[in-house]
Amino acid sequence: MGELKQLSVFAENKPGKIEKITKALADAGINILAISISSSGDFGVIKFIVDKCDDALKKLKEAGFTASLNDVLGIELQDRPGGLHSVVQALGNRSINVENAHVFVAGSRDRAYLIIEVDDINHTRELLKNDGLTFYNS
Amino acid sequence: MIWDKKAECMTQKQRESLQLERMQKTVKYVYEKVPFYKKRFNESKIKPAEIKSLADISKLPFTAKADLREGYPFGMFAVPREQIVEIHTSSGTTGKPVVAGYTRNDLAMWGEVMGRTLTMIGANQNDVIQNCYGYGLFTGGLGIHYGAQRIGATVLPISAGQTKRQLQVMQDFGSTILTCTPSYALYLAEVAEEEGITAKKLKLKAGCFGAEMWTEKIRDEIEKRLHLTALNIYGLTEIIGPGVAQECPKKNGLHIAEDHFYPEIISPDTLEVLPEGEKGELVLTGITREGMPMIRFRTKDVTALRRGKCGCGRTLVRMDRITGRSDDMLKIRGVIVFPSNIEKALLEVKGVEPHYQIIVTRPQFLDEIEVKVEITKKMFSDEVKHLEKLKQEIEDHIEEKIGLRIKVTLVEPKSLPRSEGKAQRVVDMRNFK
Amino acid sequence: MFWQQDLETIDRKRLEEVQTGRLQDTVQRIWDNVPFYRDRINSAGTKPEDIKSVSDIKKLPFTSREDLLKNYPFGLVAVPRESIVRVHTSSGTTGKPKAIFFTKNDIDRGAELISRCLVMTGMRKNDVLQNMMTYGLFTGALVMHYGAEKVGVLVVPSGPGNTDRQIALMQDFKTTAIHITPSYALYLSNVFIRKGIDPRKDLNLKRAYLGAEPYSEETRKKIEEFFGIDVFNSYGLSEMNGPGVAFECQEKNGMHLWEDNFLLEIIDPATGEQVSDGERGEMVLTSLCREGMPIIRYRTRDLASVMPGKCPCGRTHRRITRITGRTDDMFIVKGVNIFPQQIENVLMGIKGVAQNYLIVLESLDHMTVQVEIEKELFDGNVTHLVNLQNAITEKLKNEILVKPKVELHEPGSLPASEGKAQRVIDNRTL
Repeated sequence: MGELKQLSVFAENKPGKIEKITKALADAGINILAISISSSGDFGVIKFIVDKCDDALKKLKEAGFTASLNDVLGIELQDRPGGLHSVVQALGNRSINVENAHVFVAGSRDRAYLIIEVDDINHTRELLKNDGLTFYNS
Repeated sequence: MIWDKKAECMTQKQRESLQLERMQKTVKYVYEKVPFYKKRFNESKIKPAEIKSLADISKLPFTAKADLREGYPFGMFAVPREQIVEIHTSSGTTGKPVVAGYTRNDLAMWGEVMGRTLTMIGANQNDVIQNCYGYGLFTGGLGIHYGAQRIGATVLPISAGQTKRQLQVMQDFGSTILTCTPSYALYLAEVAEEEGITAKKLKLKAGCFGAEMWTEKIRDEIEKRLHLTALNIYGLTEIIGPGVAQECPKKNGLHIAEDHFYPEIISPDTLEVLPEGEKGELVLTGITREGMPMIRFRTKDVTALRRGKCGCGRTLVRMDRITGRSDDMLKIRGVIVFPSNIEKALLEVKGVEPHYQIIVTRPQFLDEIEVKVEITKKMFSDEVKHLEKLKQEIEDHIEEKIGLRIKVTLVEPKSLPRSEGKAQRVVDMRNFK
Repeated sequence: MFWQQDLETIDRKRLEEVQTGRLQDTVQRIWDNVPFYRDRINSAGTKPEDIKSVSDIKKLPFTSREDLLKNYPFGLVAVPRESIVRVHTSSGTTGKPKAIFFTKNDIDRGAELISRCLVMTGMRKNDVLQNMMTYGLFTGALVMHYGAEKVGVLVVPSGPGNTDRQIALMQDFKTTAIHITPSYALYLSNVFIRKGIDPRKDLNLKRAYLGAEPYSEETRKKIEEFFGIDVFNSYGLSEMNGPGVAFECQEKNGMHLWEDNFLLEIIDPATGEQVSDGERGEMVLTSLCREGMPIIRYRTRDLASVMPGKCPCGRTHRRITRITGRTDDMFIVKGVNIFPQQIENVLMGIKGVAQNYLIVLESLDHMTVQVEIEKELFDGNVTHLVNLQNAITEKLKNEILVKPKVELHEPGSLPASEGKAQRVIDNRTL
């Protein structure tokens, strides 16, 4: 089972920083599917879901960025009122601590996923196995 | 070793006559020099000449912390200001702090009683005393310092904090005596273990620990982990600072320097003097102070007095380890904290509403205090850094006001328990048993 | 007014005799009791009996800060251990700090010198001194404390910080003098403005003693103006007792250096040769009376010059100018002496930190340390980075005693460490 990969790039909080990163990705022909920013005040980490993550990591490193690729868990969201709620409720019920989360719409544009960063993906998946959730699977 | 054999080992009868002489002198002195006492004595219809025996002290009115605050800053001084050469104040700040003024003679007497104290725990001129009590307005640091210089020991005036540096210095200089709060001693031991510094690498042999309540269990722990004899020290700013009482290695109570500080135990309810051995509130009278003698000062500390011979040869009366307070004062890391101060400081921060809880715990040995503050809807912003900033702002402000860094946790609106009557603002979860 | 008029106005010729006798005594004592010095003096081809006048000091070797670090902790002690009653040290744990030892007489003498200084500036026993320097291992507060008590001044040992309480104490005890760092004095003046307190009307302040940090004549004027007081410049270093080595009199024109206690030379730092009065150079000091730890020809690394001519106050001890610079890369923040090497040592010991760093000084009480994160250890987790940032801050504070602001930067974004990289950017105007 292939995990969903998320690309993280270290960024000092300076104007034009994101632009430089997105330009590097565009030049390399990488398609950005989702983006989120975690900021701590004077620096932040920009997170991307991209179509060719290994290429993207290589290109960014070549361009001198500090980047890494991490596994994240993608949980499918039902396209109806309360769709997100039922997922979040399951996470809460299992006392799963989410370090970061954002939403990503799959390439086919017919499904949306809640991307969560957790300490231990396999363990989290195990905890959620009976909650009727569908995980992203590449 | 006994620092002043004559004073510390005289017979009960000799001492009583010395105490009476000093008490009569002091009572007359404060009546003449301190308007506050003259007024108080007059109100109680007592004249200095009526003090004919030590028991007559019960005819005199008490002095409370509040009286000192009212007399702030110089109201309790018995000498002209230019004879006062040093000032100390209490660590907490409920409005006005308590001020203690010392003349040159008071400082000499302080050095002397601290010399006795340090000698009692086994220190002499060959020792290196690492003094981790805070230096400055707090009496702990300079009190120990003066005593150490009096007996000619080498003092390391390292003051509080910087734990790794403390341990480095302790090894480099071969410190033999440690003076700090019991909780800090345990913290030092803990960090030493983390750093792989075994007690064998240290040369510590004894320590006097005080400025907060502690237990026999903590003593065992300190002794086991730091390989030293852990002894209890007691003192308070209003009376002189440290040096009021000290435990000897026999570990059966703290010898009060009663030739300078006359002790009584009273019932906090009836205010009657209790017989020897009964538990009650300690009341102290400074019978040799020049700058600021206290008459029947109510310490609010709960203990009992024990007469009878001590194996160390001293005849000075012993008091039990302090087992409680007769008010709600807290001592955290040696600093006096009244919950109302934290409340006041908290409410001064813009945007904070009065829904908070002060939680006092002792997770292991070190007292911890935590403040939970509800944020208001208005304050809430999705940017984590704003909340982080607010939390810091509150922590900074409380530190500025009470002199202690306290962990603040922001909690969601309406998540703290509400009550109809008096809200439970302070939750003391420590266990002293 | 003088504290010790005969000593303070001593005839220069007589002073030289006193200095000669004390220098000979000091050299003999370290020759006899400090193996380090015996070797050093021997290697210089000198014997104690070669010292026949103060000008023979040139025959003696210098002592450097490194010598003190190397001999930490007890290497330079000249008396039996039981005669030592106090130890002071500089900051630092990864590299060794400096340790300075005092006997009972050293402490008394230090207090004597402070008494001279305070009385020289007009202090009397009815004055109240609020001592806002840090009490503890630093010499600043305690040496001043002992000296002020000797004069009979009321001392309020407030230490630094806790500004609201400082102000309350100043008002309540009618404080007439403060011992304070320039940065804290400037900070205080801002607080006063914010609170609407006019120190000229609402306080009893008459004078301030500024020390431990460099500051300019403009800053002095600013503080004098705002508080309506006289500001006196003070010079000292723990190697020579702490404060009280040199102090301004009421002329406020140069600091009288107590030459009966310290032998002063100004040298060209490059050649080690003495320069003449009025020429700027590095101050070199020899303690003439210290027992616990005498130090000869100590390279202070402080740049100053001797002011020629007599002072109208009548004191014959020569005056030095304000310190105008350093011959090494030491800098001062919040009154603490800091060497870039100390910061480097800490950073190199932390996992996740790359080798380049930069120290940016914006004011007397704030410093920023910029560090590069390690590329390989970046895992995309913000919490891990925040933890790293906090760990660096904590470790630096433990070493240099000042809490810096730590900034994380991308690898390769700071100037490279090849050759002699400039590690300190000083943007301060003093």
